Amino acid sequence: METLKEAFSLIVHLDSELIQIICTTLVMSFFSTSISALIGIPLGVSLGKHRFPGRGALLRVTNTLMGLPPVLAGLVVFILFRSIGPFGSFHLMFSVPVMVIAQVLLITPVVTGLSASASASTWVAMRETALGLRLSGLKQTSLLLRECRGPFLSVILMGFGRSIAEVGAVSLVGGNIQFKTRVMTTAILLEANKGDFSKALALGIILMLLALIVNIPAYTLQERWK
Amino acid sequence: MKKLLALILVFCLLFSFAACGAKKDKVIRLATTTSVNDSGLLPYLLPVFEKETGYKVEVASAGTGIAIGYAKSGDADLLLVHSKKQEEAFIEEGYSSTERLSFMYNYFVIVGPEADPAKVADAATAADAFKAIAESKAGFASRGDNSGTHNKETGIWDSVEIDPTGEDWYTSVGSGMGDTLTKANELGVYTLTDKATFLSMKANLPNLKLLKEEADDMKNTYSLLGVNPEAEAFKGTDVKINTEGANALIEWLQGEEAAKLIEEYGKEAYGEQLFYLLKK
Repeated sequence: METLKEAFSLIVHLDSELIQIICTTLVMSFFSTSISALIGIPLGVSLGKHRFPGRGALLRVTNTLMGLPPVLAGLVVFILFRSIGPFGSFHLMFSVPVMVIAQVLLITPVVTGLSASASASTWVAMRETALGLRLSGLKQTSLLLRECRGPFLSVILMGFGRSIAEVGAVSLVGGNIQFKTRVMTTAILLEANKGDFSKALALGIILMLLALIVNIPAYTLQERWK
Repeated sequence: MKKLLALILVFCLLFSFAACGAKKDKVIRLATTTSVNDSGLLPYLLPVFEKETGYKVEVASAGTGIAIGYAKSGDADLLLVHSKKQEEAFIEEGYSSTERLSFMYNYFVIVGPEADPAKVADAATAADAFKAIAESKAGFASRGDNSGTHNKETGIWDSVEIDPTGEDWYTSVGSGMGDTLTKANELGVYTLTDKATFLSMKANLPNLKLLKEEADDMKNTYSLLGVNPEAEAFKGTDVKINTEGANALIEWLQGEEAAKLIEEYGKEAYGEQLFYLLKK
């Protein structure tokens, strides 16, 4: 009850630091999810629709990477992008872009794997018709994309969910710097580490509300596409 | 609905770009330990420094081990840490542009269950207390994260020639001070902590009591180290160190104004001074 009250008062008073944390979280998740979708969906569709040598191996690699632990993704990106690392000249450590890079590494395999399986099963169902109608390859793909838009939306939402909820990678490469790279999850971890569990939980409630706000319009859209 | 969402997104984008607007040479990257940041000391001191000088200090707070790791990666301009051995190694490897600038200290304390089964409160020194804990097998939670506090703890174990690794009364938590205190509280065991963090969390630690403090072997000295832009490991890389900014902060933290602020810190919130200045 106390926690609910605290969450409510945090939302009502909405200080500039919390606004910054929420904005950084949304900006980061927006970019990680969009970039992962732009890479992952085309990859997934080509894996789902086409049969080519090495396809099985690629699918297995993708499925393994779907389980990539966030801290490992963070560690790899940290080693690559720290100032003495191979990409150190970009000076991206402890910034939102490097957090996005780590998350893209994490989310793209999930988007690829899930859209591959969604498009594969849909393609099996529509293959005969599409070939019967003598559609060109391009037309086939655009029809497949249209048929799969519902599942793809779920895939994107799942990617967004993973992005907004992730803490291992973003805390390692982002450094949880106040007013700069602190996001909801790292703020929750910080409060929990300080022993302020009710504030941590209050922040968690706000995070879940954010996820709900994003999911409501998406769900409506999905219903319409059914 | 769409318009609203678009509006929120644009707002967020502008906001995040505005945040990136700070000039590079006005940013100082400080890698430090959790104890000076989470206890509230830096959030109390740094705004004064920033207002006076126009610098912006970005604080990455982690254990001393990872803080030094950030500095060795070229991603920090200066260090504020508390682990003599690790600091000396850092200097020896040529990473430091300054000597070890020790400027303040406080005391580690031993906290544990109120019943105090190992009679830690009666021990004369931390070494005696640790020996008593090991003999009674009363349970001890260790940071286990190569931080300054963890190094202090292993130093004390070494001094009494006990190796607690793997003993079933010894829990290596592998996490920050706050998390370790929380776990010690849940398990009802002893742990070594800096006093400031313990006092700032006390309300959430009903099972832990401050049992031993201010013994000679429990002094906790904090030092500043500037990062050397010419370090061997940085050769041929594009590491950029803001030496000017780091020096400004080093000078300010050792100055009179900071001294007054540090001596006042904690008196109001906890009724006692938490950090003391080393007399020069």
